[in-house]
Amino acid sequence: MRKVYHRILQIAGNVITVEADNVGYNDLAEVTSSRGTSLAQVIRLEDEVVSLQVFAGSRGISTGDEVRFLGHPMRVSTSENLLGRLFTGGGLPRDNRAPIDYDLVDIAGPSVNPAKRIIPRNMIRTGIPMIDVFNSLVESQKLPIFSVAGEPYNQLLARIAMQAEVDVIVLGGMGLKHDDYLFFRNTLDEQGALSRTVMFTHTASDPVVECLLVPDMALAVAEAYALENKRVLVLLTDMSNYADALKEIAITMEQIPSNRGYPGDLYSKLAARYEKAVDFDSAGSITILAVTTMPGDDLTHPIPDNTGYITEGQFYLRNGRIEPFGSLSRLKQQVNDKTRDDHRVIMDTMIRLYADFKETLEKQSMGFQMSAWDDKLLAYGIEFESKMMDLSVNIPLEEALDLGWKILSDNFDKMETGIKTDLLEKFWPKDKK
Amino acid sequence: MLDSNKGKIVGINGNLLTVEFETYVTQNEVAYAIAGDERLKCEVIRVRGQRADLQVFEDTVGLQVGNDVEFTDELLSVELGPGLLTMVFDGLQNPLNELAEQSGFFLKRGLYLPALDYEKKWEFTPSAKVGDNLSAGDTVGSVPEGIFEHRIMVPFSLKGQWELTEIVEKGDYKISDTVAKVANNKGETQDISMVQLWPVKVPITCYKEKLLPTKPLITQQRIIDTFFPVAVGGTFCVPGPFGAGKTVLQHALSQYAEADIVIVAACGERAGEVVEILREFPHLEDPRTGKTLMDRSIIICNTSSMPVAAREASVYTAVTLAEYYRQMGLNCLLLADSTSRWAQAMREMSGRLEEIPGEEGFPAYLESLIAGFYERAGIVELNGGGTGSVTIGGTVSPAGGNFEEPVTQGTLKVVGAFHGLSRERSNARRFPAIHPLDSWSHYTSIIESEKLETARACLRRGTEVNQMMKVVGEEGTHIDDFMIYQKSEFLDYVYLQQNTFDNVDGSTEEERQVYVFDKVIKILNTKFKQKDKDEARRLIQEFRQLFIDWNYVEMDTSEFKSFEETIDKKIAANV
Repeated sequence: MRKVYHRILQIAGNVITVEADNVGYNDLAEVTSSRGTSLAQVIRLEDEVVSLQVFAGSRGISTGDEVRFLGHPMRVSTSENLLGRLFTGGGLPRDNRAPIDYDLVDIAGPSVNPAKRIIPRNMIRTGIPMIDVFNSLVESQKLPIFSVAGEPYNQLLARIAMQAEVDVIVLGGMGLKHDDYLFFRNTLDEQGALSRTVMFTHTASDPVVECLLVPDMALAVAEAYALENKRVLVLLTDMSNYADALKEIAITMEQIPSNRGYPGDLYSKLAARYEKAVDFDSAGSITILAVTTMPGDDLTHPIPDNTGYITEGQFYLRNGRIEPFGSLSRLKQQVNDKTRDDHRVIMDTMIRLYADFKETLEKQSMGFQMSAWDDKLLAYGIEFESKMMDLSVNIPLEEALDLGWKILSDNFDKMETGIKTDLLEKFWPKDKK
Repeated sequence: MLDSNKGKIVGINGNLLTVEFETYVTQNEVAYAIAGDERLKCEVIRVRGQRADLQVFEDTVGLQVGNDVEFTDELLSVELGPGLLTMVFDGLQNPLNELAEQSGFFLKRGLYLPALDYEKKWEFTPSAKVGDNLSAGDTVGSVPEGIFEHRIMVPFSLKGQWELTEIVEKGDYKISDTVAKVANNKGETQDISMVQLWPVKVPITCYKEKLLPTKPLITQQRIIDTFFPVAVGGTFCVPGPFGAGKTVLQHALSQYAEADIVIVAACGERAGEVVEILREFPHLEDPRTGKTLMDRSIIICNTSSMPVAAREASVYTAVTLAEYYRQMGLNCLLLADSTSRWAQAMREMSGRLEEIPGEEGFPAYLESLIAGFYERAGIVELNGGGTGSVTIGGTVSPAGGNFEEPVTQGTLKVVGAFHGLSRERSNARRFPAIHPLDSWSHYTSIIESEKLETARACLRRGTEVNQMMKVVGEEGTHIDDFMIYQKSEFLDYVYLQQNTFDNVDGSTEEERQVYVFDKVIKILNTKFKQKDKDEARRLIQEFRQLFIDWNYVEMDTSEFKSFEETIDKKIAANV
């Protein structure tokens, strides 16, 4: 039987300190107060003084409450029985069914040896041309959706999850509105995907410390499944809440902030989670799709900024559509040369002309005379926006590429596209000049 | 280990340990924290009274107050010897492939392996003779390492003059075998093997003098070689917001740059990017040697999810290996991606040490550390004659893409070339997104400065006209100005932009750059007869098309010639 400590020295924010010995860094403890029992995790050791963050929050904890150390760090079950189940950030059932406390592994395990990774090679088809054609999603990619509050990012996330061909979906919800939690649960259920899904959700009303656990729990489970040769898709929404929870704890611990109050290790913390995305040499894979809401639509805010440097691109969701500028899939080069010869050239040319269109639009709004070229660009831009960019468009990649040629030839001569001649000869619609 | 210095952990905060030691400690010495059967490598980074602060190169989960710590009395060092090429190391020089063999998919905490193969035999050929007077860095013999002659040198740490007293016959030896013995006039003797240790944070300076970098390092990227050249032994930095193409550019440099040895330090960046190098380099042919790219490469890989303290060490490990090969008279190119992550690693530790923060939380000593790192580059005259060089290129990932931040600014002060990547250019898919007006280089270009000035002036004027057109509109712009704008766009499209992913266009040799640039200049200098703006635009678009197609054709082909003829005819027809 482990020792029980009865004297809490300090309570500040969600962090309590006790005097104890033989405590391991990051070990768990149970704190029993009049409000019930909560888990807590060791986050600092200084001589005999142990600082713990209490998952359920410190409200109602008295200095005489019991602290019992468990002698191991946070663990999560990786049993197959997790499929179809809903849990809290702390790993307790949210669906009134029995807890699962076997096949446990430590969360936040070690980093994958880069030598055991392989180059991603499978495209994940989504049926959204702005993704498939312009920024292909690739198995084992880590990709956030940058957005602002109010955009349909959770709907987009759910849609991609439904259409993607994967074996297991692990959903990690952080600071989710209860409505959004229900939305995900119901959508997965209606589409018959719940039975291959595990959900860890922290809702906005849950204690903030549990928010910090969600990505680690979700990714530990995903990793275990991936090692069993499963292709796993992890959805994390919203990572900004995770970063804000980190900030809250760091400030409580009186750490020196680096940028707008966020701790100096924000990059490393985020990277350690996102880097769990992997294509294993001779095993399964983990693909991570996350949501990062940008406070004030500010791309230079520390959260999207650090995220952008970690992830392999980003989808920039704005005004209900995926913006071609700012959106990027860094892995698209791995797959878009194997789809069709014209994939890359359609991708580059259409975007370049769309950039010219935007410039013309600016000129137009300032009242300048439009040249013949400007008129062409305007017509092109409008057709591109309505036929390609709209999120309701749901067509396979090949159809989208054909559509691209059609839009180009509707509006331009061959010469004006700047495309290599051999490709023009092969793909330019024969009935157009 | 009886008389080794010991201590006990008294505090743990993240990867920072506070240790109470018994007798003495040395700043920056390596220590091991003992947790059960695991030994976790640490480095002393601050000493106060009887307590030392140590950064741990591993995750600290489960460590307890009261755990033992063993000090080693040695600074953080790397092993130098034959067999480094083709290897993939982590930031502490652990070989990753060997780690994978032992511990599988994950990096097991506390597992350290020797960097070099101590069983393999190398064919040693002596070159020094008994009685020779030697000092640190002098060659005693060599072994073939791939296509290179790997010099076995007197350990860099030996001070003063030594006389060679024994040397082995030509034959096969393991790296730890003694191949020579030296003695000095104090009667001290020293065995020389093929492997030596060197502390990573101390530059290797066993050379006569540092020379001025003057010769261009051909990177086969047109915008770099022509406009913002890099010199052999020089330094350059590539700052840019995320998504601007830093890593793609670094990959292109690592493939095409005309250096003998390329060392890639993936410091705190995505693992996926390193994996591309790891998996592709062994299959890509180096056109200059006919061997694979891997044969001339070392990869230091401490990606973002690997322990942060080892990330800090990784750039030093990389530059030390580069300096080692420089001592053999080779030209080494070190690509560090990204130095911002290295700076952030220092910021994390500084924060845990509760040092008074400088700008944006970075430690006050950041700039001097950045300067110290880049100053390790250089072309040097070796003691035995000949030269060797280390060229350093570092990417910088400025927060928010704003170059006014401490890491970018600290770097700009000390580098010889600045390749600033711009968000506007990358959004418009104009790659490489090096900004043609903001970037600069102090080194000499492969193109004569007169022609270069013509091109620069065209770009500058073109940008001005474009700005002006936004105000007065196309109709208010004079046809001559309009033509200049069209020509500057032409120059941008056919010369500055380059398709990295194309086999031909991805790399342009010096000869071809000089040749094609002449033709581009000809277009810029020609006064065409077109008086109507739409006609002018169309003509330049036609030239653009021709040049783009031309760029995709190999140089020594009849197609190349026929494109050139078409271009010449078109110019003549429109004067």
